[in-house]
Amino acid sequence: MSTLAIDKAGPSRKVKLGSMSRDRTWALRWSYFFLVLFAIFSLTPPLYMLITSLKSSAEISAATNPWWVFHPTLSNYVELLTSHQFLRFFWNSALVSIVVVTITMLISVPAAFALARMKFWGSATLATGVFLTYLIPDSLLFIPLFKMLAMVQDLTGITLLNRWYVLVFVYPTLTVPFCTWIMIGYFASIPKELDEAAIIDGASWLQTLTRIFIPVAFPGLIAATIFAFTVSWAQFLYPLVFTTSVDQLVLPVGITTTLIKGDVFNWGQIMTGALLGAAPPLIIYAFLMDYYVAGLTAGATKG
Amino acid sequence: MVLRPTVRMHLRSRPIWPTAHSTSHMKAHVMADIVVEQGRAVRTASKRKRTSLRNAMGRKSTVAFFLTLPLILLIALLVLYPAVYSVHLATLNKSMQRFVGFGNFTFLFNRDTFWMVVKQSCIFAVTAVFFKALMGFIVAHFVHNIPAKGQRKWRGMLLVPWVIPPAMSTLAWLWLFDPSYSAFNYTLSFFGIGPINWLGDTSWARFSVILVNVWYGAPFFMIMYLAALKSVPDQLYEAAAIDGANWWQKIWFITLPMMRNIIAITTLFSLIVTFANFDIVRILTSGGPLDRTHLFATWAFKVGIEGSDIPLGASVSLFMVPILAIAAIFILRDVNKRGNEA
Repeated sequence: MSTLAIDKAGPSRKVKLGSMSRDRTWALRWSYFFLVLFAIFSLTPPLYMLITSLKSSAEISAATNPWWVFHPTLSNYVELLTSHQFLRFFWNSALVSIVVVTITMLISVPAAFALARMKFWGSATLATGVFLTYLIPDSLLFIPLFKMLAMVQDLTGITLLNRWYVLVFVYPTLTVPFCTWIMIGYFASIPKELDEAAIIDGASWLQTLTRIFIPVAFPGLIAATIFAFTVSWAQFLYPLVFTTSVDQLVLPVGITTTLIKGDVFNWGQIMTGALLGAAPPLIIYAFLMDYYVAGLTAGATKG
Repeated sequence: MVLRPTVRMHLRSRPIWPTAHSTSHMKAHVMADIVVEQGRAVRTASKRKRTSLRNAMGRKSTVAFFLTLPLILLIALLVLYPAVYSVHLATLNKSMQRFVGFGNFTFLFNRDTFWMVVKQSCIFAVTAVFFKALMGFIVAHFVHNIPAKGQRKWRGMLLVPWVIPPAMSTLAWLWLFDPSYSAFNYTLSFFGIGPINWLGDTSWARFSVILVNVWYGAPFFMIMYLAALKSVPDQLYEAAAIDGANWWQKIWFITLPMMRNIIAITTLFSLIVTFANFDIVRILTSGGPLDRTHLFATWAFKVGIEGSDIPLGASVSLFMVPILAIAAIFILRDVNKRGNEA
């Protein structure tokens, strides 16, 4: 009896499955169709950068098909990579970013540990404060910061404005709050038993942080590092306001201000510069995509 | 706040003292526990001879204070102080020697450009965020739809605009919009459209600025929504399918309610960032044509730094505060809600 019932149910179920899978195939086709459209939209500017960077000035001004390179040349790359000025921008950017990442980690990891694990007077308020600080945009603070730095410069006699190292002081205001915030999330997700065991074994708080928390939350640490690096590398407003001399500029400002000479746009070089400037974040992203995405989503989903 | 779950865990995981103890004994234990804090109690009890200074150094609150001190200093000196200072700056005259009270504000209120900037900033932020959210939602659905093994590749490609520093990618857009060599106009000419004056015509310039911002910001929404979509239990969709729900009903009655919180947080956060945007407008149009694409940030830069009227620039950027504050309050509320759900 039971086998008979199953036989009866068989065909009708099969038909249903068939129709569902047909729907599914069509949904899939549509998905791929739109994904291709969106991918074209997303990748057009970077690809166009690449295309233009391979063209000579003559080919660009000849106004041939802009989407194709007829006489590919690496002259733009050679010119920029041997240009003292461009290498200086690159060096400044790298130096500023690395120092900022180090400072950010040194400030935010211990603070996040204290805020996640050691309840003290005002810790909840401070955590909220950190989050609110993260929401304060750079465009709100650049004018008072500019005036403040000028004042400090007058008072102490230390030259701050128009020096690359001033960026090392102001960038952490953009990186530290977010890094602290995501590290709080990562630290809070570590099981309590782990650090209790360490403390029972006689570890101090600092040992608990360096021996337990940092190794366990290492993925979070990488995500925070990537975030701090990309933010410092991409920052445009602060260097535009605080630095003006050509030898003190970082990459984004350097490219936009020096490669555009008067009304003459050397587009081949500008695009090459932009592509080279975009390369470090893109390379990091290509190799550490999962950490990058984790850091991106952690801000709102953790904590 | 967000720390609440942790704190609760903290309290719960305190050693539970045997009930056999007398209440006074227990109270003493609990007091000692609070004063020297868990774990440390064992050590301080065994080494009573420590100096009081070392005791203080080892105490949890002291350690915590030193661990958070750099953070507190950074926020106080380089965020809070400048924020307050900009209010002070806004009340000074151009040479910053005389107090003018609300002079800068009344001056702004009487200028048409200011009201134009207010209007443009609002249009820019609302339109851009709306399309970013919409595009992000749609793309996230498509990525979620395809087989899991291909998703990584697509996600990787679609996130590229967010990874490239906006100053660099905006240069590519500037070149794409170039008045004489525009690659878009070249392509559109085959369809008999154009040539469009992308950055020279007021409406087109506004459109271009928003387009670039949507291009840059949509991937962020896509990633956030994708993460949220993954967290919606499949059973809900299966149950809906059995009840005969179509795809629209599934989105409206399951996906959207389940993702409501993440949508709210992402949108509000993006609203803040977009409202305060500087890079894109600065590089594409510098506020032109005829100040028709200026936002608060770019106009504040033009007035305050380029026009070296720092107080007026500070006043302009202060007008961002109300909308930022409202968005921040709502974000905080939603983040709190998430903390309580967890």
